[in-house]
Amino acid sequence: MESIAKPTVSEITRGKGLLQAIQRNYLIYLIMLPGILFFLVFSYIPMLGLVIAFQDYDPFKGFMSDFNGLKNFEFFFTSNDWLTVTFNTLYLNFLFIVAGTVFPILIAILITEVRSRIYAKINQSLIILPHFISWPVVSMFIIAFFAVDGGVVNQMLAGFGMEKVNFNTSPDVWPPLLVLMRVWKEAGFSAVLYIATIASIDTELYEAARMDGASRMRCIMHITIPLLKNTVILLTLLALGRIFFGDFGMIYAIVGDNATLYPTTDVIDTYVFRALRLNGDFGMSAAVGFYQSVIGFILVLGANALAKKYDKGSALF
Amino acid sequence: MNSTVNRDKMLEIVFMVIVALMSIAAIIPFILVLSSSLTDEMTIIREGYNLFPANFSLDAYKLIFKGKLIFDAYKVTIFVTVIGTLLSLIVTSGLAYGIICKSIKHRNKIAFFIYFTMLFNGGLVPMYLLISKYLHMKDTIWVLIVPALVNPWNLFLLKNFFSGIPESIIESARIDGANDIRILFRIILPISLPGLATIGLFYALTYWNEWFRALLFISDKELFPLQYLIVSILRTLDAIQSDANEAQLFANMVPAYTTRLATIMVTIGPIIFFYPFVQKYFVQGITVGAVKG
Repeated sequence: MESIAKPTVSEITRGKGLLQAIQRNYLIYLIMLPGILFFLVFSYIPMLGLVIAFQDYDPFKGFMSDFNGLKNFEFFFTSNDWLTVTFNTLYLNFLFIVAGTVFPILIAILITEVRSRIYAKINQSLIILPHFISWPVVSMFIIAFFAVDGGVVNQMLAGFGMEKVNFNTSPDVWPPLLVLMRVWKEAGFSAVLYIATIASIDTELYEAARMDGASRMRCIMHITIPLLKNTVILLTLLALGRIFFGDFGMIYAIVGDNATLYPTTDVIDTYVFRALRLNGDFGMSAAVGFYQSVIGFILVLGANALAKKYDKGSALF
Repeated sequence: MNSTVNRDKMLEIVFMVIVALMSIAAIIPFILVLSSSLTDEMTIIREGYNLFPANFSLDAYKLIFKGKLIFDAYKVTIFVTVIGTLLSLIVTSGLAYGIICKSIKHRNKIAFFIYFTMLFNGGLVPMYLLISKYLHMKDTIWVLIVPALVNPWNLFLLKNFFSGIPESIIESARIDGANDIRILFRIILPISLPGLATIGLFYALTYWNEWFRALLFISDKELFPLQYLIVSILRTLDAIQSDANEAQLFANMVPAYTTRLATIMVTIGPIIFFYPFVQKYFVQGITVGAVKG
């Protein structure tokens, strides 16, 4: 096709080349246009919009406000907030990555080792169900379990004659609790990937091992787990690339505006949201957002470079 | 040898028990909320949330269906989910088709143009300004759809489905004189139905569970989607509970505990209902994404 229609005109200038290309396939470009416009407007304009991090925001001038250098960054970086939210973002994501690796693998191994397909399927369906509900719904579940008055956990504590715990005023219990919520909601769904990986392992390996008298536990430890290594490394690298981005949907839905819990649960994303919505401080929140976007970008690039080094085909780009 | 077989049997039984325990852990919160929502308000206040409805009562459901709020929220969520998913599928498949078309010279550049948005983004503040100040989408239903129209992950997943179609089919259609729109709608999309179902369900779930943009851009109660209705109910109750007098007043007038539980049940009802039928497409999507992505 291409050799027949090769336009010599297009080689004269680059601009004409693009125009010619569009003319020749205008219908395809027309089909792509809404999608391309979408990314231009909702992804690329906001990228340029990051300039307001360096501006003294003026509602009348919008993105064209006057520049004020690094002033917006001063407040955030001279307060203790930036250390707290940066630490919380990294720490919580680190816990999520560890738990989000260990539990899905555990679930995948348990499920694939059960011989009865029906039993495995039914249980798998139940275990991944929580993935499909939203964090606000989970937040209500949390109230039912952890409320001071009437919550199941406190009912049980009272039943054992122990003192009630007011979870809403105890920041220290929240990192492990958030991990628990995360595991409850997502571990089953993440296990699907590992189940697929295990299913693709050559069954001859297991048969050979069994012939040599290996027990199933030995097979798991010496065949299944080592063969999951690649998947684990790649998924971990991709997750590490996202470590600078807090899970706003989860944390805001659960913690909300409960300031008592901020010391352990406030992440960059919730901080930016508050600075924007509650304080209306566009300059400062944009500055924090800029900090997150740039460091986050560097981390994504780094993680990708590592993933590429490790396995050519599996990096994000 | 025999002892190994026995130990393996034991191990499998242990595994089966653990798997069952995990299943129970996964569904217990649903049961707890369901049965508490069917309990009399005073019982909940006195005894707390319970796994079995002690004093059965449908008051909470009667109450929430008497109000307009839940119906409005349902309408908004259904509109956003149905229209949003359709629009997303159309726009996403158009883009994916362009990216696989060999005759598009710039397709790799376009693919990178989209990839890049997964690596770097402007974050909350520029997005907020763009939507509220420049596009004037505040308090419109479109703010719940348009800014989420294309998800790059779904796009590349669909691209993978499209790439599986033999080039020769497309070429022969083109020789027969079919134009690209015809090829997309008559050949590619019908062949890719499982792929469309998968990413369609991914989109539908995202739209159904959307509340972040409602939090940012919607203040008109009639435009609250279901999930945001929950968030606002939780927040209102928090506020009320912090004021003891008002809480007393509130407790006497409205069954506050059970209504929010009933609202939760009404919100997740459709998901639980459709779940058994659509689950396999989600699993398939993850598996395909893993193998080819």
